[in-house]
Amino acid sequence: MLKDQDRIFKNLYNDMGADVKSAQTRGDWVNTSELIAKGRDWIINEVKDSQLRGRGGAGFPTGLKWSFAPKEVGSRPHYLVINADESEPGTCKDRDILRFEPHKLIEGCLIASYAVQAHVCYIYIRGEYFIEGQKLQSAIDEAYEKNLIGKNAAGTGWDLDIYIHYGAGAYICGEETALLESIEGKKGQPRLKPPFPALIGLYGCPTIINNVETIAVVPTILRRSGKWFSSLGREKNTGTKIFCISGNVNNPCNVEEEMNISLKELIEVHAGGVVGGWENLQAVIPGGSSMPLIPKEKCETLTMDFDSLMAEKSGLGTAGIVVINKDQDIIKCMARIARFYKHESCGQCTPCREGSGWMWRMLERMAKGEATKDEVDMLGDVTNQIAGHTICAFGEGSSWPVQGLLRHFKKEIEERNNLDPIVQKKNNIPYLVDQHLLDKKNA
Amino acid sequence: MSLRRPAKDQPEIFEFSSSSLDEANKIVSKYPKGKQQSAVMALLYIAQKQNDNWIPLVAMKYIAKFLDMPYIKVYEVATFYTMYNLSPVGKYFVQVCTTTPCMIRGANKLVEACKEKISDKENELSNDKSCSWMEVECLGACVNAPMMQINDDYYEDLDKEKTVDIFDKILKGEDPKPGSYRGRLNTEPENNRKTLMDVKNA
Repeated sequence: MLKDQDRIFKNLYNDMGADVKSAQTRGDWVNTSELIAKGRDWIINEVKDSQLRGRGGAGFPTGLKWSFAPKEVGSRPHYLVINADESEPGTCKDRDILRFEPHKLIEGCLIASYAVQAHVCYIYIRGEYFIEGQKLQSAIDEAYEKNLIGKNAAGTGWDLDIYIHYGAGAYICGEETALLESIEGKKGQPRLKPPFPALIGLYGCPTIINNVETIAVVPTILRRSGKWFSSLGREKNTGTKIFCISGNVNNPCNVEEEMNISLKELIEVHAGGVVGGWENLQAVIPGGSSMPLIPKEKCETLTMDFDSLMAEKSGLGTAGIVVINKDQDIIKCMARIARFYKHESCGQCTPCREGSGWMWRMLERMAKGEATKDEVDMLGDVTNQIAGHTICAFGEGSSWPVQGLLRHFKKEIEERNNLDPIVQKKNNIPYLVDQHLLDKKNA
Repeated sequence: MSLRRPAKDQPEIFEFSSSSLDEANKIVSKYPKGKQQSAVMALLYIAQKQNDNWIPLVAMKYIAKFLDMPYIKVYEVATFYTMYNLSPVGKYFVQVCTTTPCMIRGANKLVEACKEKISDKENELSNDKSCSWMEVECLGACVNAPMMQINDDYYEDLDKEKTVDIFDKILKGEDPKPGSYRGRLNTEPENNRKTLMDVKNA
């Protein structure tokens, strides 16, 4: 278990209060101006040394992202945007940072703004987190009052304004370009990349977008050095991470732990074990609903970091762990996730808009045992038609959980659905069938 | 994609009250000059708050004029985002999360409670017209599942009995206390905390 003195979010459960005074006793805002006086290159190098990877799901190296911002500010101002549109099912870590550690986030905003030369920072909070947004706003007001942000913020000579922008219940706005569209006052439909936001982002200006947790850990990394951060976890998967453990466990909770911790330890030690005992475990979704599930056999030895989960054809994502025990119907659970994606698809790309509905309807029928034998393969084909054929990663996010189900629980689906297909004999009719299916005899 | 339609009965006029107007001007000033369109989402919220928690078409037209942008763009935004109510909802607007993490911890019991206490169907007003409910997608409080949102507040760690209690209170016009209904501190592991014990006991 991670030692308490190595925990970054000491007020994760709000034992101490979230106001600026108690934040200062935890070390926030203590020597911010000294850190910034060391210069832009030092900050970016230190973050690179820490090997911090983005905590929003994709795991992109943060230091590298910051270095993409243009070195000189041209005619267009730079912007920093914080993504607090946390909507991935199974994830609720940013909520606690917004509520209980807002000053870590605000200080991180100041440092990151300085590093990427932005004078304005927008924090995009999902609309449902209205109360959390108000708490963050009162922390921002406090910081303005104490001159920690605003003109000559915290005595650093850097000017910074922070504004909150509320979303309104669209999951897709967690995608960075959709988020920018939303701030510009449009529908949250993702943009094509390139151009990347680091060069052409908000209002066409260079914009760096980071997750709440990524930004909130930066001040501590600079204080305790990148070396300290990279000494936790393992190579390229360093530092600490807030894990959200939900579902069929005895004590669902958020907990900050070292990267590369074993899944079994997280569940058994922190979350009080699976309901009905470890033997009753059926599967685990390791990183929020977009990540393919992992069956029990593999959970024994699984360690939680970006690369080891990638090796299991899943991913760490947002580290929202959903534990599913044997009392649950796994097909129904996945059908519900498919319904989520059907509801949240932005409607811009046809494969995703239509395919997410197909996946949901097919899975609903499969849960009831109303599907025919051949539909199991057909469902797999539908997922392949979506993943990789859309503008943003939502296509992958919606089809991966279904692919995970097919990979590990195909037998269960086939046992339940053994109706004969309506059309028995398959004919290859080229103008009716997708070309890529033709090489498969029974497609 | 979710299909959303505006209400059939629409009011004829809408105008910001003076307090809404102040708030709106303050929000427009957050964004760079000429980019006032960014304020449209916040302004729709203000209109919704002023108009008993739903947005009529005239309010969209009003906001379009206010921000100097085409009406259709405001309409697009209002119909795209699901938190803008396009038809009247109850004074107490109950949203039950039923996505997988809540579902496997018994969110369907909460839905049952809604059906018994408020109304048989989603988006239908209760008998005394004060309440309505709907199922929503993940509200982002998964470790406190099952949970629901009433207006702005989260009610967490629920079961059917506690949900019925909460509904009894709001139907009487009381405001029940938000937060965890098993008495635990925020998102800590209940009775099983092993981290940061010195600050807990401090």
